[in-house]
Amino acid sequence: MKVSYYPGCSLEGSAKEYGESLKAVSRVLGIELQELAGWSCCGASSAHVTNDALASELAMKNLVIANKEGRDMLVPCAACYLRLKSAEKELNSGKPAPIHIKHAADFIWDECGEKAITAKLIKSLEKLNPVCYYGCLVTRPPKITGSREPEDPKSMDNILKSLNAKVKTWSYKTDCCGGSLMLTHPELAKKLIGRLFGMAVEAGADCIVVSCPMCHSNLDTRQKELKQLNGNGYNLPIYYFTELMGLAFGNKSAAKWVNKHLTDAMTLLKRKELL
Amino acid sequence: MILSIQNDNSGETKREEIIKSSGVKISSCFQCQKCSNGCPLAFTMDILPHQLVHSIQLGFVDQILNSDTIWVCASCETCTTRCPNDIDIAHLMDTLRQMSVKRGIKESQKQVQVFHTAFLNSIKRFGRVHEASMAVEFAYRNGGLQGVREQLNLGLEMIRKGKIKLVPHRLIGNKAVKKIFREANKGDPT
Repeated sequence: MKVSYYPGCSLEGSAKEYGESLKAVSRVLGIELQELAGWSCCGASSAHVTNDALASELAMKNLVIANKEGRDMLVPCAACYLRLKSAEKELNSGKPAPIHIKHAADFIWDECGEKAITAKLIKSLEKLNPVCYYGCLVTRPPKITGSREPEDPKSMDNILKSLNAKVKTWSYKTDCCGGSLMLTHPELAKKLIGRLFGMAVEAGADCIVVSCPMCHSNLDTRQKELKQLNGNGYNLPIYYFTELMGLAFGNKSAAKWVNKHLTDAMTLLKRKELL
Repeated sequence: MILSIQNDNSGETKREEIIKSSGVKISSCFQCQKCSNGCPLAFTMDILPHQLVHSIQLGFVDQILNSDTIWVCASCETCTTRCPNDIDIAHLMDTLRQMSVKRGIKESQKQVQVFHTAFLNSIKRFGRVHEASMAVEFAYRNGGLQGVREQLNLGLEMIRKGKIKLVPHRLIGNKAVKKIFREANKGDPT
């Protein structure tokens, strides 16, 4: 199936491995990603904080292109996703939407499903014990995202379970990591990620799986500083769900992707004989 | 929270202004406190979300516009999601931040606006955010050369890991993005 693809700015830089692994996984599953021609920034969190009209128009510009293309659109970044969904709501105001905009994990689970995913399984993830962390903007606010279970999303859990991972249940799936405060209030962001790490360990997880570039950046790059802050060192690899999918599908680039992380993500996979 | 009792008609005018520009129905709030109980940043707020809504109802707007609350809110949308009366508190925060900027923000929270300015400048310049130059611009505007130096180690490590796109993408047809900025700033200079 052919879909429009809105990568978002961070997939060109800090979340490059998310983009690369998403493309690899999509190829295997028969999803043809057609990058939206001439896409520009959705405005992210800075626009809606600063100027309502700016926030609306920056996202709308991309939605208009997508509507013209006429294909459903896959969006890997949670922030882009919410901005585009908000624009969609504004533009269609109650009328049926000409295209569906879906976040990457929901798209893969809803459109491909368990059978298609398990059919491609080469390397079982049974030795991995992840918790899935969705963050804020994939599901909230449900009036905009249309999420049926905004406090307990399941797409990533389902995907990883299909690949035999021993996914742990925890109650922090959608608790904020403070990603938007990463540069302006790093001390607050660290407090929030500290809570998440503590809970993940308590749930028996050996890694955290995410589907948002900001969550990844926040959880992955700040772990070292957290140790300096309160001595509570964590060494939890933070994987994009697409990286683990690629690994399970036997993609040889998996090591290259996870080696881009700042918190060591290789050792665990080697110990579990996955690399 | 300490509220000084000096409510006059100006409070009422400001309340109406907030209701009008946010489109949020503030009068629906019955103080159930779900917003504050679920807020992940409540521990660092000087005015809790339910208090903030109540204050606006009463017309105590100045304290709100001068609070830390509106600048430490992470826009996580938990309050909006859980409000039983459908009050979009996260959007209300946006409206309050915009009003606060027009009046001059509290010194202790200025870095937030510096960040948003750097971020939006990057969009205006390239059509897409170029993370590396945006982060440097923020660090420099916020903390001068020392600010840049503090971010240096993380930046270098990210370059080493190939997580930094060094040359920004220049969007062909970026005129459209620049036009959006011009139009939006007409009504509301930022």
